[in-house]
Amino acid sequence: MSDIPLAEEQLLRSRQLVSPGVWAGFLATLRRDTIIAFRHRGEMMNPLVFFLMVITMVPLGISPERIILATLAPGMIWVVALLATLLSLDSLFRSDFEDGTLEQLLMSPQPLYFQVLAKVAVHWLVTGLPLTLMAPLLGVMLSLPAAGFVPLCYTLLLGTASLSLIGAIGAALTVALRKGGLLLSLVIMPLYVPVLIFGASAVNNGIEGFPIGGQLAVLGAFLAMAIVLAPMAAAGALRIGING
Amino acid sequence: MAWQWFHRLGSPRWFYEKTGPWMPWLAVLSAVLLISGAVWGLAFAPADMKQGNSYRIIYIHVPAAFLALAGYYIMAISGAIGLIWKMKLADMVMKSAAPIGAVLTFVALVTGAIWGKPTWGTWWVWDARITSMLILFFLYLGVIALQEAYQHQDTANKASAILALVGTVNIPIIYKSVDWWYTLHQPATIKFTSESTIHPSMLYPLLTMVIGFYCFYALVLLLRTRSEVLEREKKTRWVQDLARQG
Amino acid sequence: MNPHLLELKQLHCERDERVLFTGLDLHINAGDVVQVEGPNGCGKTTLLRLLTTTSSDYRGEILWQGQALRRARLDYLNQLLYVGHLPGVKKALSPRENLNWFTGMYQGHQRCSIEAALEQVGLFGFEDVPCFQLSAGQLRRVALARLFLTPARVWILDEPFTAIDKQGVANLEALMAEHASGGGCVLLTTHQDMQRAATVRKLNLNDYKPVATAAEFTTPAEER
Repeated sequence: MSDIPLAEEQLLRSRQLVSPGVWAGFLATLRRDTIIAFRHRGEMMNPLVFFLMVITMVPLGISPERIILATLAPGMIWVVALLATLLSLDSLFRSDFEDGTLEQLLMSPQPLYFQVLAKVAVHWLVTGLPLTLMAPLLGVMLSLPAAGFVPLCYTLLLGTASLSLIGAIGAALTVALRKGGLLLSLVIMPLYVPVLIFGASAVNNGIEGFPIGGQLAVLGAFLAMAIVLAPMAAAGALRIGING
Repeated sequence: MAWQWFHRLGSPRWFYEKTGPWMPWLAVLSAVLLISGAVWGLAFAPADMKQGNSYRIIYIHVPAAFLALAGYYIMAISGAIGLIWKMKLADMVMKSAAPIGAVLTFVALVTGAIWGKPTWGTWWVWDARITSMLILFFLYLGVIALQEAYQHQDTANKASAILALVGTVNIPIIYKSVDWWYTLHQPATIKFTSESTIHPSMLYPLLTMVIGFYCFYALVLLLRTRSEVLEREKKTRWVQDLARQG
Repeated sequence: MNPHLLELKQLHCERDERVLFTGLDLHINAGDVVQVEGPNGCGKTTLLRLLTTTSSDYRGEILWQGQALRRARLDYLNQLLYVGHLPGVKKALSPRENLNWFTGMYQGHQRCSIEAALEQVGLFGFEDVPCFQLSAGQLRRVALARLFLTPARVWILDEPFTAIDKQGVANLEALMAEHASGGGCVLLTTHQDMQRAATVRKLNLNDYKPVATAAEFTTPAEER
C-alpha cells in the first residue's frame, strides 16, 4: 500500500481526537437541547398547566374543606408532580429519533452515558425545576400547613431529578414505538414508588414537626444511585430501542 | 469443558432433546408433592389458635408469593444471560417466565385478599406485603406489555430484559420503602405470619407445598420454553423431522 | 502490508429468523467508492446499520484497519460519517446551530468553517434561518454540509441523492470522488444512476442471499 504515511497520520490524529472531548460533547448536547427547549416554550408550559389543572380538580372532586385538603396536600402534590413528569418524558428521545439526530448521536464517538445525562439534565431543568418552583403555589391552593412548604420544595427538588433519570430508561425503551406514551407510564410508574413514599412522607413529617433529614438523605442516596445507573440503562436501552 | 457445556445449553435443539425425558418425571414429582402437601395441610395439620381454619390458605398463598418473587429473578437473570452472551435460549426462557410469574403474583394477591376477609374483615388492606406484591405484579405487567409492543422478536426480548434488570435493582428498594411506609402509617398492627413461631406440624406441609410449587414452576417453564423453541425454530430441519415423525 | 480500511469477513446477518445475507466478504480500501445494491428488503439498510455500529446483531467479523470493530470502536467512530434517510437536523435550530452541535460532538475538529460548508451546499444566506422554514431538499443539504466539515475517512451514505436537484447530484458525486482520491472511502446506496458509475464498485447483496434449502435447514444452533 502506498498510503502508509497517511494512515499513520490518521492514526495520530484520531488518538488526539479520542482523549479530550467528553466534556465538550456533553456541553454541545446540553446547549443544543436547552436552546430547543426554549424555542418550544409552549411545550415547556404544558406539564406545569397540567399540574395546576389536576390540583384544581382535587377540591372540586373531594371537598373544599381546609382540614381535608391539608391532609391530602403532600401526597396529592407529589402524585401529580410524578404524573406531570411522566407525561413530559415521552418526547425526551422521541423527537431525536424521528428526525435522525438520535442515530447521529449513537454513532458519534461520544460516550452515550454522558449524552443521556446531558439530555436528562435539560429535561429536569425545564420540567422538574419549574414544577418544584410552582409547588408552593399549589400548596397554598390545597391549604398545606406552613411547616410543609420547605420540606415540599426540598423533596421535590431532589425527587424530580430522580424521576427524570429513571423515566429516561422508559423513554429509551419505548423510543421507536409509535404509541409509547402510555406504555412508558406503565413501565416506569412502579419504579417511582420509593421516591413517592419518601418524598410525601418527608412533607408529612415536616408538617408534624419531626425532622426530615432522614428522608432527605434517602432521597439523596436514591438520586446518587440513579445518576450512576439510570443513564447506563437508558444508553443500553437506546441502542436496542433504535432497532425497534 | 464448562464453557462448552454452557454453549451447548444455548442451543435450542439440544435443550429440547435433553429436557424431553425430564418432563414426565417432573410432572409426577410435582403432582405427588402438591397433592400430598395439600391433603396434609388442609386435612391433617392442626387449626390455628387465633385464626381457626382460615389460616390454611397459606398453603397456597405462601408458595405462590415465594415463587412470584423468585420468578422475577429467574426472568431477569435469563434476560441478562441473553443480553450478555446473545443466547437465544435464555431469551426464550425469559419470555416464557414473564406470564407465569405474573399469574403466580396474581394468585398470591387473590389468596391474600381471601385470607384478609376473615382476618381483617375486609377484602383489601394496604398491608406492606400485599402492597409490595401488587407492585411486583405491576412490574411483571410492564415487562409483558413491553414484550408485546415490539414487532421484532429480538428487540422485544432485549428491551424487556433491560426492564427486568432495572426492576431487579429496584425490587429490594421498593420492598424496603413499602415496609417503612407501612410501619409509618400503622405502627400497632398484630402480625399473624411471623414464620419463626409457626409450629412444625404446620411447617412441614408448607415446606412440601413450597417444593411442590417449585417443581410445578419448573415444569410449566420448561413446557412453555419448549413450545417457544418449536415456534421459533419451526423452519429448521430438526423441527420438521420431529413433526413428520408425529 | 497495510491492512484494509474496512474488511468484512464471512458476515452473516438474520432478522426474525430470516437470513438476510450470509458469507459476505468485502474489502474496502482507501480510494474505494462502493455502491451496495439489491432489491428492497435484501438487507441494505441492515448492512449499513452494522457498519455504523447502531446494530451489532451479526456473526462473522468486521475489521477496521485490521482490528476487530468491537475493540477499535471509538477510533472507527471518529473516522465515520453517516448521512441517512433521515436528515439528522433539528428543525427548531438554524443550520448554523445544527452544525455547531455536530462539530461539538466531534470535538471541534473540522476542515473548514461552518459558513464555508453551508456555502458549498448552496445555503449561503440561510445560516440563521430556522430549519423548519427550509424545504426538504434544503434540509438534506444541511445534512450534506457535514461532508465538508468532517475529517472522517469513511463515508456511509444511505440514498444521498434523494430530494437533491441534478446539479447537486453532480456536485455530490464530484465530492465523493475527491474524497476517495484523498485517501478516504465511500459506501453508499442509491436507486439513481450515477454519472461516474465507471469508478464505482458494486456490491450486490443478492449474491450473498442464502440458497433456499440452506436457509431452511441450517439452524443457528447447529452452527454454534
